Amino acid sequence: MKLYEYMGKNLLSSYGISVPRGKMAATPGDASSAASEIGSEVVIKSQILSGKRGKGGGILFASTPEEAGVAAARILGGSIQGLTVESVLVEEKINIEREFYLAVTVDGSAKKPVIIASSSGGMDIEEVPDEEIIKYHIDVFLGLQPYAAREITRRLGLTGPLAREMQNMLPLLYRIFREKDAELVEINPLVISGDRLIAADAKVTIDDDGLFRQQGLPRVEERTEAEQKAHALGLSYVQLEGNIAVMANGAGITMGTLDIIQHYGGSPSNFLDAGGGTGMEATAKALEILLSTNPKVILINIFGGITRCDDVANALIKVKNEREIPVPVVIRLVGTNEEIGVKILQENGFEAYKMMHEAAAKAVELAGQQ
Amino acid sequence: MAIIIDQNTNVIVQGATGNQGRFHMRQMLAYGTKIVGGISPGKGGLEVDGVKIYDTVFAAMEDHRVDASCLFIPAPLAKDAAFEAIEAGVKVLVIITEHIPLHDEMEIIRLARLKGATVIGPNTFGVVSSGKCKIGIPPNQFFVPGPVGVVARSGTLTYEIVGNLTVGGIGQSTVVGLGGDRVVGLSFVDVLQRFEKDQETKAVVLVGEIGGNQEEEASLFIKKMTKPVVAYIAGKSAPPGKRMGHAGAIIERGRGTFEGKVTALKEAGAAVATLPFEVPALIKDRMGL
Repeated sequence: MKLYEYMGKNLLSSYGISVPRGKMAATPGDASSAASEIGSEVVIKSQILSGKRGKGGGILFASTPEEAGVAAARILGGSIQGLTVESVLVEEKINIEREFYLAVTVDGSAKKPVIIASSSGGMDIEEVPDEEIIKYHIDVFLGLQPYAAREITRRLGLTGPLAREMQNMLPLLYRIFREKDAELVEINPLVISGDRLIAADAKVTIDDDGLFRQQGLPRVEERTEAEQKAHALGLSYVQLEGNIAVMANGAGITMGTLDIIQHYGGSPSNFLDAGGGTGMEATAKALEILLSTNPKVILINIFGGITRCDDVANALIKVKNEREIPVPVVIRLVGTNEEIGVKILQENGFEAYKMMHEAAAKAVELAGQQ
Repeated sequence: MAIIIDQNTNVIVQGATGNQGRFHMRQMLAYGTKIVGGISPGKGGLEVDGVKIYDTVFAAMEDHRVDASCLFIPAPLAKDAAFEAIEAGVKVLVIITEHIPLHDEMEIIRLARLKGATVIGPNTFGVVSSGKCKIGIPPNQFFVPGPVGVVARSGTLTYEIVGNLTVGGIGQSTVVGLGGDRVVGLSFVDVLQRFEKDQETKAVVLVGEIGGNQEEEASLFIKKMTKPVVAYIAGKSAPPGKRMGHAGAIIERGRGTFEGKVTALKEAGAAVATLPFEVPALIKDRMGL
């Protein structure tokens, strides 16, 4: 779960990391009064769950409250990278002397937390040359000890009061990461302003699997309606752009199914992983979700291990009996209780394929005819 | 021979009295796995499908030599159960549970490294040394003994490919599911190293997917291998930034792309199948069958 910038900054601030003074606003009027309260030049930042807002016109500067209102009016309600801007963060404009990059995340191949720091901040870290990036792995049982903070600070080349600021900040950043089940806590840029280090931006992503024990954190919903419905059923659903609706059991095989559709020149409209062992009721509901997205064809690809083929067949018949299915359904059904499942399908006028590529080719052909 | 587990492996099942644990323990017994005990706190002394239940891992180890544990423990409690098994001295953990918090996974794997234990998963279908021992959840009927080692990140796609191999008359030495999460115990390289040394394994199938850089790292090792490798990578059509079901399958910032992985594998000398059903023919070709 990604947090909005202002939520991330609230989190940093609650741990004692300096952030610019700021206020949220949902209307130009609010933005204007926030600016007069702050009492200096301000920056108006759109709150969307995407980077690169500056290039999309989502960050504007204003020297008076009136200008702040005008700037907010330009951003609010507009769309940046396909996302509607519903609120802005109005912040004091800080004097930037230098920009650093600082983050803590999980290194999957080292299987450890890693501090990533660079004196080349303010840009996408992917564009910074490797030799300018410090990667310091942390032993999860030791945590970030003071010596590690001193070493990272040394490698960044900081001295004097700024070095002390950095040595104080690093353990705080790591504590947020650990205590909040974060996947990523990123400050880019971390700004040097006088003898202070200020987090001018904050990107925080929380591990969805840790949310059950993070009651204190706000909840941010990024999924579409269909994705939420599927999630409530314990299914994994992602909306795509095409016209062939897909259901399979397992993430890998579902991806493989999408690939084969594309291989034959078709275009999938979603990723729906019905998981292993999904019963008849959930399967029927998954089909309802697929139908609600108005595809041209539905392709079901089941390799039954725990999932029983007869359950899948019965789910399809149940939906068919309850409502009209206005599009062709192509099914590949093999594995546990295959004979029973295929017989049920045949009795109800459905053909079942044995090979997934044959079924995918048929689905693409049908989608082309519609 | 086989890798990680064989016909002499003594197995316990943690979470043996839950729905999943009980069902799959029965399936494992049917496959021939030597299960010496089930663990279920508060249910010690019971018997389930002929398997004695113990309250703790330590209690089971007073009665038996325990080589491996299969964990069917709800995600919030999985770290504690894994710690228990590792501390008690179990050397192979197969963690089936999905949705374990990332931070807990890092701790489990850290402790395993300290104590010299091997962790398969989390979020894995398990490991099968065909005809000898199955620890995990794959359907029994598709796994028959033979010369091909299989290592994969995701489950059902592996069943698909193993099923195709078996139908094509090619059995498997050992099939290993690394697990779909961002932090898992074993990497492709760890398993490839074992297959390279294993006398029974004559060729290897690698089932990868987009995201991360494991396949790229594996390519560096494949270059040095004497045994042929056939790979299939899922996720060619996945759009960047979208999570496809589990944490593994996501492309972040241009890294871990389909094209990058396929190129790396081909340059290392692996054959790469475009579609899953092409794997058996490529294996036969590479093995000279």
